[in-house]
Amino acid sequence: MIPAAFDYVRAESAGHALELLAEHGDGAKLLAGGHSLIPLMKFRLAAPAVVVDIGRITDLSYVRDEGTHLAIGALTRHCDIETSDMVGSQAGLLAAATSKVGDPQVRHRGTIGGAIAHGDPASDIPAALLALRATMVVDGPDGQREVSSDDFFTGFLETAIGEQELLTEIRVPKVPDAGWSFQKFNRRAQDWAIVGAAVLVDNGSCGVGLVNMDSRPVRAAGVESAIAGGAGAADAAASAADGLEPPADLNAGVEYRQHLARVLTRRGLEEAGA
Amino acid sequence: MQVSMTINGDQVSLDVEPRTLLVHYLRDHAGLTGTNIGCDTSSCGACTVHLDGEAVKSCTVLAVQADDREVTTIEGLADGDVLHPMQQAFHECHALQCGYCTPGMVMAAVSLLDEVPNPTEDDVREGLEGNLCRCTGYHNIVRAVLQAAGGEETRR
Repeated sequence: MIPAAFDYVRAESAGHALELLAEHGDGAKLLAGGHSLIPLMKFRLAAPAVVVDIGRITDLSYVRDEGTHLAIGALTRHCDIETSDMVGSQAGLLAAATSKVGDPQVRHRGTIGGAIAHGDPASDIPAALLALRATMVVDGPDGQREVSSDDFFTGFLETAIGEQELLTEIRVPKVPDAGWSFQKFNRRAQDWAIVGAAVLVDNGSCGVGLVNMDSRPVRAAGVESAIAGGAGAADAAASAADGLEPPADLNAGVEYRQHLARVLTRRGLEEAGA
Repeated sequence: MQVSMTINGDQVSLDVEPRTLLVHYLRDHAGLTGTNIGCDTSSCGACTVHLDGEAVKSCTVLAVQADDREVTTIEGLADGDVLHPMQQAFHECHALQCGYCTPGMVMAAVSLLDEVPNPTEDDVREGLEGNLCRCTGYHNIVRAVLQAAGGEETRR
């Protein structure tokens, strides 16, 4: 399978990428590691007229300690995040979720920014970022803005990033003492999660992000408020699927996914020490 | 557009379309057909090569993304007639049957040992999750990788 023809331009910096987006308009698509976009292009589900390659902007690949949070460059590869001591000790949930993405070859190419800009509800990383209450930093023609993870994922394969904007950084609160668990249920190695649950428990409050439980990555808000109100793991997890509309496909129907969300959330809460 | 890279130590420069995938650049343009295409959807790992020393699936990398970089394919592993230790271990442990997955499996295994030099059996099984073999049941492949790592005695 070969993508439809396109023009290729390489961005040398974040600023240059914004200029190229402005120049080429709607037909342009940003290419980071390419492990979400290239498969779509091969299936001809995406056929951008212009591909703007941001994959060589090395100064958007970093993990920095910024005091209260970790700053992670959007072009940081999955393999660099899963093996980062800083991410492992300060936001272990993100390292764990990242280590479950695809397989080693995919993690050598795929980036955190590319993965979340794709806005796929079946992706592991958004659930972890929702549970961790991460913030995304987006650069555009009008300057820089911050978007909370709750406002970032707006629909199926849709995010708050505007057509002229570039996701540059992910800010993850440091939670070195929090308990966490990443539960991914699939039937074969390297598969997407049929359902997944990212759970963070910190000082009596908790964050729960779910994989593949709606048209976009979502938090299980009912579980979080139940835990905050003093409920135990089993009682809180009973509401994990409330109000959500999971997809039905060959792997699982709606009711089965709802069941999985409750079970995985309970296991996650228990493992995280809720 | 002109896309240049070092393949197995040789400088190569070819005029290809931007949409050319790395695996097609290697097979159809550079004439290196050791790298196989299996699923073509970044699932099976048959097309695994090294990009700057790390295993990648060349069906999901544009050739232009490898521009000015170093690529190693299965053809680049052996030193003349002397097999790479991983190839030798696959041979000795009978880690292949039809052989279709083998180039990608060997490249993934070499990359794995670069990152995890002394793997456990679990490390090997997990580290090769991106490579599918429909013949062997994986046992001999895992045995070969452990032998190449020098970590465990080979049982036959």
